[in-house]
Amino acid sequence: MLEHIINMRFEIAAVFLFAIGFMTLLHPNLIKKIIGINIMDTSIFLFLAAAGYVDGRTAPIVTGLGADPSQYINPVPSGLVLTGIVVSVSTTAFFLALTIRLYRKYNSLNLDKILLLARKGKEKV
Amino acid sequence: MLPFYQNLPFFSIMLAMLVSIVCPLVKRTRPCYNLTVLATAMLFIFSVIVAICTGLQGESFTYQLGHFPAPWGNELRAGVLEGIMAACFTGVMLLSLTGGHQDFESDIENGKQNLYFLMINLLSASLLAQVYTNDMFTGYVFLEISGIAACAVVMATQTGLAIACTIRYMIFNSLGSGLFLLGVAILYRCTGQLLMEPLHNAVMLLSAQGSMVWPMIVSLGLMTVGLAAKSGQFPFHSWLPGAHSNATTTSSAILSGLVLKGYIIFEIKIIVRVFSLELLRQWHLTDILFLFGVGGMIIASLRARKEEQAKRMIAFSTVAQIGYIYAALGLGTKLGIAAACFQVIAHAFTKTMLFASVGTLIDVSGHEKRLHYLRGSARRAPLAGAAFTLGGLSLCGLPLLAGFGAKYLIANASFYNRYLTVAMLLALAFSSLLNALYYLPAIINFWMPPLEDYPVVRSDRSRRFSLIAFMIVNVALGVWFVPIMNLLLHGIELL
Repeated sequence: MLEHIINMRFEIAAVFLFAIGFMTLLHPNLIKKIIGINIMDTSIFLFLAAAGYVDGRTAPIVTGLGADPSQYINPVPSGLVLTGIVVSVSTTAFFLALTIRLYRKYNSLNLDKILLLARKGKEKV
Repeated sequence: MLPFYQNLPFFSIMLAMLVSIVCPLVKRTRPCYNLTVLATAMLFIFSVIVAICTGLQGESFTYQLGHFPAPWGNELRAGVLEGIMAACFTGVMLLSLTGGHQDFESDIENGKQNLYFLMINLLSASLLAQVYTNDMFTGYVFLEISGIAACAVVMATQTGLAIACTIRYMIFNSLGSGLFLLGVAILYRCTGQLLMEPLHNAVMLLSAQGSMVWPMIVSLGLMTVGLAAKSGQFPFHSWLPGAHSNATTTSSAILSGLVLKGYIIFEIKIIVRVFSLELLRQWHLTDILFLFGVGGMIIASLRARKEEQAKRMIAFSTVAQIGYIYAALGLGTKLGIAAACFQVIAHAFTKTMLFASVGTLIDVSGHEKRLHYLRGSARRAPLAGAAFTLGGLSLCGLPLLAGFGAKYLIANASFYNRYLTVAMLLALAFSSLLNALYYLPAIINFWMPPLEDYPVVRSDRSRRFSLIAFMIVNVALGVWFVPIMNLLLHGIELL
């Protein structure tokens, strides 16, 4: 049982991180929402990277000819995680840009309050 | 030697992306707009060629990027269904752009219009990529691109409410993308594959052996919930009315008519090409799709009835129409999938026409969005009034219009799933009745004598052209829905 938990440590950590991210996402504060989304994304990247990791093997960087593929971890998930990180950074940048605009207009970071003010048409002049 | 037409899906995606890069570099707006329209027209022609050539050849083809074979390379796959869907999306985009050039000038801040066209081209590229891709991770990347571009299009008006609605849309989008990626990661762990064909073989082998069944069910569930959240399917639709009703008229039309459909076509590809309908029925996931679909059809229609704002009413109607698509998918048969595809096409043309026409009606009523103040607006802009009437009646299910064809085909498909026939027919009847209960009063209100005298406004030539084209296509879809359905069925066989 303990060995199974140790073997699955990355997956278990990913599930915990996803739950923490999701709970943070539910907070009305926009910055906390953005942090929550980032934690969720990170948990998925950890889960994906763990899929390619093999204990005792090294990073798939071939330094000489005739290298043995069985020495290396699976490089595909690492490549996917890199792409995922780029996408996540772009989304976060866009989120932050929108948040700055909303803060300038409504002087608040609380999304519920902002929506209420926006529906009433009360922008800060 | 590769036949030339097999390069066209790749060329289409690249062309849209290239134009999106060029747009911000062009200083003036007009050449940028013309370039976007020209590129979209070329995308439409390419898509039609792909549909015709694959139809004549009677087979789909796989296009390897960089000639790397699976599992290392990235692939596109195209057949009749992909060609028809790409032609539908690019055709609707072309008509929306040609009809909306005055909106771009009036509703979007000077200096930002070129960035708007950048986003429109990215949307075209991501829609085409979702239609043509054969790789799950590429699909995820384009889901994200589509989400970001759609959010940027919503906030183009720069009002506080539009930005607040955009951030809400963005949260659902990110959540949907996250769930989808988690589903892909689980599936990769089970199978070690990302391309659809090897994935399908691995999934079938594992399910035959009875191993990894629960992880695969969880994976499909996560991907479906992720795509449902992005496509505004009930009960994940709360972002949609605000986002779609606060965008510019053309943006609302493109978002409601096209962006949501890209996710659905990708979902259909995953269901048919990766998992197969038999597995979905065996795992009872079709029943869940059906349940949520019917829930959306009824609850969103009930909500639309209460709306006082015209654009919000149409946005809730979109949620109901998305429900039709998921309910048809939930029938778990090829006929159901084909009926869902027809509904995608019918709704793309109808909803775009409705948003374009109601935008004109709002413009001629002093930019007042509430239904009460739009009284008599159809008399001021008769062509827009006629287009709204035709679109509204189509969604109510009037014969000889696109909406009737979709409802007929869904009803017909339900007879091949005897457990769901009665539920589907009742849901269709009740939902059509609800549609009539909010569209007919709106149509009557628009044609009533106005409270104050306003001059009759003649729409500009491009708007007239696009509205007339939408009306013609709507009637054509309503008259020739059987041959179109046969083509779609043929496409699904080749998928």
